[in-house]
Amino acid sequence: MIADILTVMWKERKLLFKQGGSRFKTAFVLVVPLIMVGVFLPWQEGAGWVEGYWSIIGSVLIPLLLVGMVIPESFAGERERHTLVTLLASRLSDQAILFGKVAVAVGYGWVVALFTLVLGLVTVNIAHWDGQLMFFTPGIALSNVALSLVMAGFMAGLGVLISLRSATVQGATQFLMGATFLPLIVLQVIALVLLQMGPGVMDNISELFASVNPAHVILIAIAVLVVVTIGLFWTAKVKFQRERLTLD
Amino acid sequence: MAEVAIRIDNLKRYFNSVKAVDGLSLEVPAGTIFGFLGPNGSGKTTTINLLLGLLEPTDGRAEILGFDTRTQANEVRANIGALLEYPGIYEQMSAEENLEFYGRVWRMSDTERQSRIKELLTQIGLWERREERVVKWSRGMKQQLAMARALMHHPHLVFLDEPTAGLDVVAATTIREDLATLVEREGVTVFMTTHNMSEAEKLCSQVAVIRAGKLVALGAPDALRRRAGNPQIEVVGNGFSESVLNLLRARPEVATVELHADRLSIHLSEETDTAPLVSLMVNAGVQIEEVHRGKASLEEVFMTLMEEER
Repeated sequence: MIADILTVMWKERKLLFKQGGSRFKTAFVLVVPLIMVGVFLPWQEGAGWVEGYWSIIGSVLIPLLLVGMVIPESFAGERERHTLVTLLASRLSDQAILFGKVAVAVGYGWVVALFTLVLGLVTVNIAHWDGQLMFFTPGIALSNVALSLVMAGFMAGLGVLISLRSATVQGATQFLMGATFLPLIVLQVIALVLLQMGPGVMDNISELFASVNPAHVILIAIAVLVVVTIGLFWTAKVKFQRERLTLD
Repeated sequence: MAEVAIRIDNLKRYFNSVKAVDGLSLEVPAGTIFGFLGPNGSGKTTTINLLLGLLEPTDGRAEILGFDTRTQANEVRANIGALLEYPGIYEQMSAEENLEFYGRVWRMSDTERQSRIKELLTQIGLWERREERVVKWSRGMKQQLAMARALMHHPHLVFLDEPTAGLDVVAATTIREDLATLVEREGVTVFMTTHNMSEAEKLCSQVAVIRAGKLVALGAPDALRRRAGNPQIEVVGNGFSESVLNLLRARPEVATVELHADRLSIHLSEETDTAPLVSLMVNAGVQIEEVHRGKASLEEVFMTLMEEER
């Protein structure tokens, strides 16, 4: 089983930067978030980037964007290029195909997120050098490592579920991005409504946020994401039916 | 290996009211190239998908190399090779990487994989281009590579779904030659769907014909020709008067007689000797230059079978 997952990972890794356009396009898409979250924001925030929880932005955004870009390829891409049925007709088990594909997407999102954290650290130390090396506190570092992994897993779980049933990569990408950003849009609308209700409401909400320990919020977010991600993988495993995939 | 590579017993697959495969029963002996013929939409691809365990039968059963397709689908897929409706090649990878991947899928060792890749790509004349991305290749070359992939792990049985469909004459001939050579060298059983009758005639030792999911004929191409296509005689010469034609029409073994300029076609109703008919014409004053005895082509047999079913 492990050997088969590694085999699928070998193929997925080979195709990771080759599908969906030129290498330049892939590099461009990778470089923009890296510069934004690894250089620009840390340079702007200075010591606050390593001492506060600002770096969490990278741990959420980088896996969301990068996994969100590659995971629609997993099944919709194979279907679009007519390679899926040949893969299904091989001796590989359902789990090997599914988890081999997911593992590469998660690994890609997570590794780049960690690299961005290190890049941010380097940027802060160079741009705001005061004679002493600045590091993340253990709590912040651990939060970043865990949250970026869970976020990558969540996006991979959601993306693979959508990709299993999508006819095209474009369709899968649009659906995935819609499903990901819809909650953010809803939150924005709620914020606007609250603003309309007068300054008193916003002050109360600000006070509420100020009284909450960010570490606790991150812990709760990680716990919720872990549960949701497990649910997504379980559903994807159930939905992975060779007959359905052959007929789609 | 089992003497019967494929055993199908009353296999059915319905899609709502559509009977894609309807009570199919046949056996494919090991070590043969078996042609599965039928017009478009007759159920050929559905049958292959059922045999690979990719689809569940509505009823009936099939055994591949002794494994039940319903309960032992993983074992079935572990022991076969397949070139399905599309080549299934990863076009952004090189030819070598494509074969490398499927070699890994079938758990071949590094050394085994490397020597097999070289052997197969050399055999099909693509070894020098092994590092090129397949996306630049012609359709025929992709199909050659897909066939090499199907044979990569030395399977006992290979399924080929219309391997020459959509290829030009040269590419199709190359594929047929590659197939014949590889099959002869490797001794595999081949189950091949096609609607190309001349291809089936050249390659297959046994053929089955299906229409609307039902088996309409099964046997060696020669036996099918004898069964469905009546023999005929072509005579080239002079002096085919109306009285000669009437003499021929009066013979019990003659079904029809047609005259086109100096060429007379005599369709026989049964297998019979040609000599008495030739003597009859010579005695009636016909000057004969050539006599050909012909059999119906598999294509004619196929058309006859399709007409009969209507």
